[in-house]
Amino acid sequence: MATRVTSTRPGTKKRPGGGPKPPGPNGKGPGSNGHGKSHDQSPRFSAATYRITIWVVLAAVVMMFAALSSAFIILASSEMWQPIVMPRMFYLSTAIIVISSLTFEFAKRSLQSGREIVYQRWLKLTLVLGFVFLITQLLGWRELAAQGVYFQGQPRRSFFFIFTALHAVHLVGGIIALSHLMTRGRAYHDIYRVERIEASASAISLYWHTMDVLWIWLFSLLLFWG
Amino acid sequence: MSVDTHEVHRHPAPTGFIRKYIFSIDHKVIGIQYIMLALAAVVVGMIMSVLMRMNLSWPGTNWPILGTLFPGGAPGGMMNPEFYLSLVTMHGTIMVFFVLTTAPQGGFGNYFLPIQIGAEDMAFPYLNMLSFWVTFVGFVVILAAIFYSGAESTIGPIGGWTAYAPLSALPNAGPGQGMGMNLWIISIAIFCVGSLLGALNFITTLLNMRTRGMSLMRMPLTCWAWFTTAVLALLSFPVLLGGGILLLLDRTAGTSFFIPGGLYVTGVLSGTQESFPLHTGGSPILWQHLFWFFGHPEVYIAILPGMGATSHILATFARKPVFGYRAMVFAIFAIGLLGFFVWGHHMFISGMSPYSAMTFSILTLSIGVPSAVKTFNWLGTLWGGRIRFTTAMLFAIGFVSLFVAGGITGLVLGQTSLDLPMHDTYFVPAHFHLVMGVASIFGMFAATYFWFPKMFGRYMNESIGKIHFWITFIGVYCIFVPMHTMGIVGMPRRFAQFTEYEYLKELHPLVVFVSIAAIITVLVQVLFYFNLFWSIFKGKRAPENPWDATTLEWVTTSPPPHDNFAGHLPVVYRGPYEFAVPGAPNDFVMQTEPGAEVSSGNGHEGHKH
Amino acid sequence: MGRVLAVIIWALTLGSVSLFFVKKWWFPTAISAHAPALDRQFLITIIVVGLAFTAAQIGLGWMVWKYRDTGNRARATYTHGSSRLEVIWTVITAIIFIGLAVMGQSVWASLHFNQAPAGSYQVGAVAQQFQWNFHYAGRDGVFGRTDPTLIDDSVLNFIGLDEADASARDDAVHSVLAVPVGRPVELFLRSKDVIHNFFVPQLRFKQDLVPGMVIRVHFTPLTVGKYELACAELCGQLHFKMRSYMLVLPEEEHRELIGLPQDQFQTRMTELLAKYQLPANN
Repeated sequence: MATRVTSTRPGTKKRPGGGPKPPGPNGKGPGSNGHGKSHDQSPRFSAATYRITIWVVLAAVVMMFAALSSAFIILASSEMWQPIVMPRMFYLSTAIIVISSLTFEFAKRSLQSGREIVYQRWLKLTLVLGFVFLITQLLGWRELAAQGVYFQGQPRRSFFFIFTALHAVHLVGGIIALSHLMTRGRAYHDIYRVERIEASASAISLYWHTMDVLWIWLFSLLLFWG
Repeated sequence: MSVDTHEVHRHPAPTGFIRKYIFSIDHKVIGIQYIMLALAAVVVGMIMSVLMRMNLSWPGTNWPILGTLFPGGAPGGMMNPEFYLSLVTMHGTIMVFFVLTTAPQGGFGNYFLPIQIGAEDMAFPYLNMLSFWVTFVGFVVILAAIFYSGAESTIGPIGGWTAYAPLSALPNAGPGQGMGMNLWIISIAIFCVGSLLGALNFITTLLNMRTRGMSLMRMPLTCWAWFTTAVLALLSFPVLLGGGILLLLDRTAGTSFFIPGGLYVTGVLSGTQESFPLHTGGSPILWQHLFWFFGHPEVYIAILPGMGATSHILATFARKPVFGYRAMVFAIFAIGLLGFFVWGHHMFISGMSPYSAMTFSILTLSIGVPSAVKTFNWLGTLWGGRIRFTTAMLFAIGFVSLFVAGGITGLVLGQTSLDLPMHDTYFVPAHFHLVMGVASIFGMFAATYFWFPKMFGRYMNESIGKIHFWITFIGVYCIFVPMHTMGIVGMPRRFAQFTEYEYLKELHPLVVFVSIAAIITVLVQVLFYFNLFWSIFKGKRAPENPWDATTLEWVTTSPPPHDNFAGHLPVVYRGPYEFAVPGAPNDFVMQTEPGAEVSSGNGHEGHKH
Repeated sequence: MGRVLAVIIWALTLGSVSLFFVKKWWFPTAISAHAPALDRQFLITIIVVGLAFTAAQIGLGWMVWKYRDTGNRARATYTHGSSRLEVIWTVITAIIFIGLAVMGQSVWASLHFNQAPAGSYQVGAVAQQFQWNFHYAGRDGVFGRTDPTLIDDSVLNFIGLDEADASARDDAVHSVLAVPVGRPVELFLRSKDVIHNFFVPQLRFKQDLVPGMVIRVHFTPLTVGKYELACAELCGQLHFKMRSYMLVLPEEEHRELIGLPQDQFQTRMTELLAKYQLPANN
């Protein structure tokens, strides 16, 4: 396949000078970010990759929940729904996920100011809160079952379970990412590692905050609509 | 020609067969895998269309071989109506998902997007491998849906590729609507996941991995098309996935998202028997909203890469810059954006609010404007050119012709009033087959003949290619134009036979004509398959830049090395289509060529009138 | 090669356009009040479509003929386009396309933005897999009560009519739709199982019947006769057989029919179906 070896290519780095238009600033290739040559990391790393990736992922997640929310709203407008008492556990879980967003934010701040031990501590707390949130959601299901609300029946009942279940699945994704972040937390004084960890921390925290806002949105839909 | 490059760390190519060809992380191998998947899927889809045409033209005939192959669907060799409908469903599903979405985007996009922007690979090579194999699993599951054996062997779901609820939501609503339908939904869900992974890769790669000098407005139009397609996929597939989950729950968990109360199906009232649980409060129209919110952008997912390839190829063989590059980019965006606000035109007569129907209608006809702008610009690109009629060019010109022929009848179907007689008649399949089916496929044929020398280092045979073009081009007109008149007479779609209605009998000669044209056209595709596989091994050797083209894929060897540019990423100095530049030594100036001898090196700013 | 391609493009264009022009296969003669306006809108649209199609294909053919590489010219014309042209053709197509869309709303508005006129003749329609059921209110003009739990196909109570209800006694249910000529007809469309579609080509009218919904539509048939009624939404394996008739009867004949008790209603309907012939195509 590769019939040409590297040495036969003109390898000189000629800076464009005579051309009418020098290369535009937009096309920043992987080699152009200045520190891609560090041999202990992939040359592909750039903070922008993390940023773009997380926004793209969030776009897909938000679209799916937007579709389900529209389904909820359309069905709510088409029929009288029997009232359901919002489980008290869901109020609690809402509080927990909001707090977990805050702790994650504290963790990120600590990392940025170089206080690694504090960062690790906040991260652990966030992780614990994530698990507690999942447990309260499960307890919320038990409350629903206690008032005779099961998965079947009027769509409103099903939506309670669908919304919580799908949100929980996505939050589990966040928990996995968070645990991953914790395992690679030892940055010491390697400048490149610090940069990478900061980039992934801010990407994952963005995801976490979105899960937070998403839950508040779903919770208010269930509480106030229909 | 001297090429400016900048060095990057090289990645050695894998040596083992499995890592090299099966579970490869090389975007080029993955691209070819997607193309092979589409080539296999399209054979299945085409055979199904021939079977459908046979059933429609010569109803009640015994085809002994069918009886042997499909004992459940054609007992004794005579096709059941439910077998016909499962062919309708599977033909649509396989063609839309596994051909028109995989080949243009997953196939050619995967192969050429990184090369055209001067990257070594996709941003996430492992994710890329994963998205192909996820898609492959989806294909296996969809085949399983047809051949799911049991009481209803060789009959897949019969609800059409749109799977309208409650027919699709009720396992007892007809044969094939049981396990086959579950598998259908699972397959589509898997496909959604694969496409989303792919979209993530495309968007990140394009935004973040362009080589030095490759500004957005210097990208080939193909890259714009693939990028917009990826954005469309990213925003539309999650909606289908969400809808699919709800539909599967309706079928298996007893929920009622799409099933209203009080249904009475095949002699059983909902809730009176265990086989038919109590349903209440769902809305069948909700499924249509969710489906078409995905379904309409999906149409553009199928055709945008074809548009990109056509622009690319027309410029190359007319030896001219693309006419109105900037307008072309805006038109792609406009089509992509408007594509999200027109889904209701599939639902004018569904019981949706007539006021929203009016809004959708006006938005729908607006989407004709950027489409027309693209057509004008293609004609403008040909104007004043020096056209070389390679097979790739013939197919690209055929694309323009078919895109106009198919697209323009959207002006009829997009009007609320005219949808009253036309909805669900053959006018609709005629319209969308020409524009999203055949035109897209012509774009892919053009792409195949054009890029084959780069992919395999050999040319495809031009003589066979031209025979393939002439017959296919005439054939598709003969198949789909008469379908419009069938629709005007009022022939409904998805009828297993037309024998029941008096007013349809006069159309019989036309039906037979279409079937014969279809069978001939399908048979001619054998030439294409032969040409393709024969040329991989025996075709004439091709040089690095066989078409005297300008973009980055022609800078590297044919086929490109594992890391595309052998460790030296090219540097870009100008727009993508600098042909016929006055004063330049050749009639094409490559994107990598520096130097002041070119008067206007920056393609997109050349409005000099 | 360029000339051959041009000629073939032109030939295909001619063939396609003539298929529409000779009208050998065309709409059946319309019978509804809204149809002339709709047919006119169709004609305008198809003329615009035909002209645009022909112009584009002739243009395409001309380009490939004129600008084929004959070896006489060293270079193609070097241009990147013209902003003025882009603006001109964008504006022109936008005006034509959106103009068509706005014009196309008038028939739609007359059918769907208004209630059925007072004094419309009302019929209930209940579709089920592969069969139409039309519910006639009978002499009293009041529909009897229906209930899904009373549906029993085995005793031919297809729509769940409550025999105990007084206003149901004179009601009739039949698979054929019989309506009076020249009077607005209002249909109450329902479905028992899956989505069906009410389609009579001569009416230029179509509407889905959606389970869980009652959809009210209206139209006015103007010509006496028997017309085929099709289901135009995929509803299952025998979708292609879900056929019935629409009888448009003179006012007098229709009044007599709906006044009959159930058993005589059936006989009379059979007679009427034999009396009227399907229209000869075109």
